[in-house]
Amino acid sequence: MVAYHNLYLALSVVLFTIGAIGAITRRNAIVVFMCIEIMLGAVNLAFITFGRANQSVDGIFMVMFVMAVAAAEAAVGLAIFILMYRKRGTINVESFNLMKW
Amino acid sequence: MEMLEFVVPALNVKAILPQAILSLTALTVLLVGVSSPHNKKTSSLGYLSLVGVVVALISTLMINGARESAYNGMVLMDGFSSFITLIVCIVTLLTILSSINYQRFFPRLNCGEYYCLLLFAAVGMSFMGSAGNLLMIFLALETMSISIYVLAGFKSDEAQSIESAMKYFLLGAFASGFLLFGFALVYGCTGTMDLVKISAFLTAHPEVIHSKMLMGGVALMTVGFGFKVAMFPFHMWTPDVYEGAPTSITGFMATGVKAAAFAALLRVFFVALGHLQADWTGIMWLLAFLTMTIGNVVALSQTNIKRMLAYSSIAHAGYLLVGFVAGSKLGQSGILFYLLSYAFTNLGAFGVIALLGRDGGEYTSLDDFAGLGFKYPLMGLAMAVFMFSMAGIPPASGFMGKFYLFSSAMKAGFIWLAIFGVINSVISLYYYLRVVVVMYFKEVERDVVMPKPSAAVVVGLVIAAIGVLQMGIFPSYFWDMARQSVQAMLM
Repeated sequence: MVAYHNLYLALSVVLFTIGAIGAITRRNAIVVFMCIEIMLGAVNLAFITFGRANQSVDGIFMVMFVMAVAAAEAAVGLAIFILMYRKRGTINVESFNLMKW
Repeated sequence: MEMLEFVVPALNVKAILPQAILSLTALTVLLVGVSSPHNKKTSSLGYLSLVGVVVALISTLMINGARESAYNGMVLMDGFSSFITLIVCIVTLLTILSSINYQRFFPRLNCGEYYCLLLFAAVGMSFMGSAGNLLMIFLALETMSISIYVLAGFKSDEAQSIESAMKYFLLGAFASGFLLFGFALVYGCTGTMDLVKISAFLTAHPEVIHSKMLMGGVALMTVGFGFKVAMFPFHMWTPDVYEGAPTSITGFMATGVKAAAFAALLRVFFVALGHLQADWTGIMWLLAFLTMTIGNVVALSQTNIKRMLAYSSIAHAGYLLVGFVAGSKLGQSGILFYLLSYAFTNLGAFGVIALLGRDGGEYTSLDDFAGLGFKYPLMGLAMAVFMFSMAGIPPASGFMGKFYLFSSAMKAGFIWLAIFGVINSVISLYYYLRVVVVMYFKEVERDVVMPKPSAAVVVGLVIAAIGVLQMGIFPSYFWDMARQSVQAMLM
């Protein structure tokens, strides 16, 4: 049983790393946001695994809230992307250089 | 697996009274804004939300001193959370007063959504100060952040504002991911998310304290909180976001978000993870030093005043971290005192900047301030007071704030950090005083339009200036309050 926990945790860490690297290296804002969602998915997996390992429901509650907040975040984020696209015709994060050092 | 017992928690309204008042006001403002679209010309929505904030402020002062934990330890009602709620209410009050004037240049801001989001952000901020559970900290943080993502992009016809919202959103969501993974690791190590129970678990199981997983969790949480307080090396978003956001919101972000994030940081690190203090002090020392130095040095070369104040806000995060490194009760009280002082000072300064504008445009270049000192003597005087306070020159409150922070570091044995802090204050004199010099001694190159300020913003600036001078000349009232708040922190 414990061995499986470690597998799930390893998967979670791998997913989190993939998401973090993607969020830094990708250029399309939507892909960046998807990478952030992968990170949140990894977090959820970690919470469920720990909840099961600790025999407590706190972790599962947390997952519910993380999913709800992620949905709210997606709504706001996509609205901002649409505004940006209307204004600039692109959502490439490298083209946002109105303000410089 | 034991049977889970479901107990309906007793509704303890007292513990969440200020936040409940703010939430109800937010909903009312939203409804009024939707149902009466014709009153775009007046500022009735602003004044309505003002009433709610004042009532919340009074209720905070009335329940100050109560000590209880409500909702199964999710909300901790103690002196610390009262103080944070007090700061948040003052921040929101001054922001609304400044917004009422600002929205005359930008009518788009005069709607129910604007004030509704402002108030919900305030609810999130004050819950961050009273959260007793990692889950609650996460929810409060996101309530605050999501509202502010929208507020930063509220001038939706301006590319700069949208760009600011987008940068803040992407980096904020990215940072939340780190914070959450940190929470997950701490939860995995200790089996609970309740801050007090985490501490109790670590007392009972000292072998867990130095496990790699807990260390990793603490490191990830530091990254997450570091983004929110604009700590080096996670400060890169600050200047862009502060410059692009509407000026009334920039002040709100710089003071309110900082206060809330520091409140959560103090609670998590000192209440839950107090056993690890020796481990994080070294790295925090370095981060405090780098944060204040980089903020101050880059601010020297800025010509846009909003951008300059953004770098200055990074530097102030560094000063606050000095109190965090000191780690004593004195340092924590110093942080609370400094946060309140910074709220008055910074919102005053942004209030003055928000005065300079006309329909659809604003003046934020340093040159735009040329000659304003003589043209508008009172405004010039107020700005000079705020700049002196930021630089830490007596009798303004910034001096007392820095005095408390640096002396707490000295007492805790971090002499060099205090010396670096003083050196940094000297560096910062240059760019704060430059604003004053430009205002009084520079030739006017082009005429800046400054419409007659509305009564609201004058009241706001007077409150801010009185706050700055009161805290600087008679600091004992607020200092005693901050000390008692930290003493009364539920452990």
